[in-house]
Amino acid sequence: MQPPTGPALASAPESPPGAAPGSPLLRWQWREVQAPCLVAGWILVASLAKIVFQLSKKVTSVVPESCLLILLGLGLGGIVLAITKRAEYQLEPSMFFLFLLPPIVLDSGYFMPSRLFFDNLGAILTYAVIGTLWNSFATGAALWGVKQAGLMDEGVEAGLMDFLLFGSLISAVDPVAVLAVFEEVHINETLFIIVFGESLLNDAVTVVLYKVFNSFVEMGPAHVQATDYLKGVASFFVVSLGGAAVGLLFAFLLALITRFTKRVRIIEPLFVFLLAYMAYLAAEMVSLSSILAVTFCGICCKKYVEANISRKSRTTVKYTMKTLASSSETVIFMFLGISAVDTSKWAWDTALVLGTLLFILLFRAVGVILQTWVLNHFRLTPLDRIDQVVMSYGGLRGAVAFALVILLDGAKVRAKDYFVATTIVVVFFTVLVQGLTIKPLVKWLKVKRSDHHKPTLNEELHEHAFDHILAAVEDVVGHHGYRYWRDKWEQFDKRYLSQLLMRKSAYRLKDEIWDVYCKLNIRDAISFVDQGGHVLSASRLTLPSMPSRSSMSESSVTNLLRESGSGACLDLQVIDTVRSRRDKEDAVMHHVLRGSLYKPRRRYKASYSRHFISPSTQERQDKEIFQQNMKRRLETFKSTKHNVCSAKSKARLKKDGRKKKKSAANAELPNGKPPRSVTWQQTAAVLVAVDSDDEESDSSETEKEDDEGIIFIARATDEILQGKKASGSLDVCPSPRIIPPSPTSAEKELPWKGDRGDLAVYISSETTKIVPVDMQTAWKQSISSLESVASPPGAEPGLHAKTLAGPAPEERHVVPEQRTCFQFPNPLLRSSRPQSAGSPERTEQPELQPLMAPDEHGRMSTSAGPSNSRWLIQFNRAARFSDG
Amino acid sequence: MGCQSSHPSAIPELDEIMLETGFSQANVVRLYDRFQALDKEQKGYLSKYDLQGIGELAVNPLGDRIINAFFKEGEELTDFRSFIRVLAHFRPLEKGKSNETGRPEPTPNSRLRKLQFAFQLYDQDSDGKISRDEMLQVLRLMVGIQVTDEQLACIAERTIQEADQDGDGAISFEEFATSVEKLNIEQRMSLRLLK
Repeated sequence: MQPPTGPALASAPESPPGAAPGSPLLRWQWREVQAPCLVAGWILVASLAKIVFQLSKKVTSVVPESCLLILLGLGLGGIVLAITKRAEYQLEPSMFFLFLLPPIVLDSGYFMPSRLFFDNLGAILTYAVIGTLWNSFATGAALWGVKQAGLMDEGVEAGLMDFLLFGSLISAVDPVAVLAVFEEVHINETLFIIVFGESLLNDAVTVVLYKVFNSFVEMGPAHVQATDYLKGVASFFVVSLGGAAVGLLFAFLLALITRFTKRVRIIEPLFVFLLAYMAYLAAEMVSLSSILAVTFCGICCKKYVEANISRKSRTTVKYTMKTLASSSETVIFMFLGISAVDTSKWAWDTALVLGTLLFILLFRAVGVILQTWVLNHFRLTPLDRIDQVVMSYGGLRGAVAFALVILLDGAKVRAKDYFVATTIVVVFFTVLVQGLTIKPLVKWLKVKRSDHHKPTLNEELHEHAFDHILAAVEDVVGHHGYRYWRDKWEQFDKRYLSQLLMRKSAYRLKDEIWDVYCKLNIRDAISFVDQGGHVLSASRLTLPSMPSRSSMSESSVTNLLRESGSGACLDLQVIDTVRSRRDKEDAVMHHVLRGSLYKPRRRYKASYSRHFISPSTQERQDKEIFQQNMKRRLETFKSTKHNVCSAKSKARLKKDGRKKKKSAANAELPNGKPPRSVTWQQTAAVLVAVDSDDEESDSSETEKEDDEGIIFIARATDEILQGKKASGSLDVCPSPRIIPPSPTSAEKELPWKGDRGDLAVYISSETTKIVPVDMQTAWKQSISSLESVASPPGAEPGLHAKTLAGPAPEERHVVPEQRTCFQFPNPLLRSSRPQSAGSPERTEQPELQPLMAPDEHGRMSTSAGPSNSRWLIQFNRAARFSDG
Repeated sequence: MGCQSSHPSAIPELDEIMLETGFSQANVVRLYDRFQALDKEQKGYLSKYDLQGIGELAVNPLGDRIINAFFKEGEELTDFRSFIRVLAHFRPLEKGKSNETGRPEPTPNSRLRKLQFAFQLYDQDSDGKISRDEMLQVLRLMVGIQVTDEQLACIAERTIQEADQDGDGAISFEEFATSVEKLNIEQRMSLRLLK
């Protein structure tokens, strides 16, 4: 904020004199860090002040923050003045224009509702160009008249040119002030966009007028020739169109660059800021309108950039932009306050101050009324009287005027001190008085407020339809209006621009209606999770976007999940298509186990990478909870058949899940909106197909690496069998080993078995063969019967299953204790192993087959029976044990 | 539009048209000129073929439906009176003027009539309901090819469920009107040109 060479704060101690010679343990290095430290310090002070302001809702609801900040600045300025006996920390024009203004303009340009902006572009341009010209000349001339009338002090040495110069800088509506005040007022969008758009676009006029008059004043009015006037007019077009062109150029570059940032996601947001800033600097460099450049860069690049960058980058861009803009704004207002304290720059002239105040208000009102009268002839919805009052009254002046007046050359413009004082008074008056009173005024006049409602699919669809209908009717009527050109532009954009500037994946999925549909689905899904997600029956499900519907997004969310390739949703289809009963049982078990077991066991890589952000544990848990709940919901909804078997375990899971969800919801609720949107981001990655595919595959890859599902050694693999053989007798059972199991037939048949191995607990059809191997009592009980059945190798297992159903239940009780059986082989290995690998080996062990098979299938059949819920619970318990 | 402006007296039933549609005389004249320009063979009627000749309509996704809206059920031709009656839907609604005509039936440019016009574009079989299939058809027209049929079906399903209040799986006109309640129909469905 302040020149780095400026003297240190009085309170800042200098390097201690008389420090011990030699190498000191600590050295005071204030000078080295002074500049950045002061900048950071001031921003910190301003930000802390914001927190303090927000403590009192009463105050902030009445007084706009900008007012409070200015007052705070006044106070701080007073303190600084009292301590240092001289004014410090002024708002430096160079600082203002190079560092403080760009973030605000970029923010407003980037988040400008472009449709609204272009719909009202005519009105905005009129007010910005003609209105500002009128204000400047009228104010300047009137002030000159006052001077001529002898009402002003003799000290104000200014001619017509000086007054016109002053008029040009004081008449422009200031974007920073307008934004700060109007954002809190919430007037309807059309009115807001007109006032705000005007404040942005009038920059070109202000810059040109200011420069032209400044050069005139410096040349001396006597030397100004006719060609100079012409040059002035010409320079207006150059400055404004040139500025816009620079903005468009950089917007194009930016969009093009973000197309290729697939592999460097982490620096994606940086490009947005860098290029926009470059646009600002480039325009500034060639003295074009830099505000116009950044505004247009922001407006135009947004569509493509948003489509190209990842969802997380989008959030980053949004928050960073808002943070930067907000802190800039805060600092600007605070320093405006501080600067006002400096009386050395003041030269008060009552006539000048009062005259200026009167004229800017009067001419603004006159200008608005005249222009609106003309514009209303062309507007579909005329701006009524109330709108005009708000527009006149909302013409706030701000930091731009102040910075410009400070920039004046005191040697050439001899009345500079008077102008500075007047500008400060005008800025303070507009921000404080008008800013304070505009809210009550808007209320009193009953200005249409903006009603924020969430878009519905119907509205989006019908709006599009209306656009098409109107375009068609225009064609029939034979009138090529605004809609015609918008249509043409959209076609051009679709055919060429989007293809050039958007990623293939983004372009493919780009459709507004589809976008809205996805957003709605995500919202529903989130609210579902927020509600507790444990609501298993669809009839009890209520969703905010469609309160009356019960069966609502059953299909839509399901489909979305299915399309996004999320592992959670694959099951449904599968269950429907699975033929054999055995596979169904298998599927049930798969669900239950998968839903309940894997979570606590997962290991996370303690990884740090500067280039990639791996999702945090919390994020993962959220994803999991979400997936689980969706899955369970779908499960219960569709496959009621399977409810019976897993009812008990589910009940427990439900409780468990509910607890988690509640805590998650509680954590989010107090903070209101922002955390919600964060969740949205988190869950979105799981859900949404819209996001670029590369991201998805990325995340699944990392999951593959990090997540190790619990795998039951589900096969009578040769190693175990051999081990048994080696032991020679069935009394001694080998301890289990880690065996990369080969895919079973079920794995091949059931799609979810093969699904990229993402955190699945694999329970294949052979799962039940797991039977804890060193279960001696069980073995002993069954051995006799096993041996009695002389079944041929590779015999149909079902037969044995039936014959051996008896002893199995007893074994079941022992199952949970055999935690050691559960191992963590890499799931990737199993899925990649060819299926055939297992079977030949198996046949090589014919003598063992009868031993294992009957028992396996005995379990199999019991689990298929009505009592299998018990069985499943025990599995769960096993998980719990090992968890602890 | 290149052709000579017709004299008001040349227009058949001028007064009735003005009374019925609320158009000013200048607008009726202008539209009559356009009508004649479209009617290339000067037969006094427009056929669908005439309207299809408008280049931009061909690329408009709803172009065909709008052309059809100009023609009564089963008719292949439209005269100027029907033509301008359809266009009257798009005349902006003036504040305070809607009641002064004192006629019992709403003016063609009322919100209700504008909505009805839009509704009939969806409701192709004129059964007073937008069925799932009709919704799907409109979506197919309006949504880019990059969206798959399955996705489209989801959207249609969802859209209907969103608006469907009585649970009959279709959108009635009342439901349609409710679903666009928040939109500024008077403004959205008006052409400044036809003021």
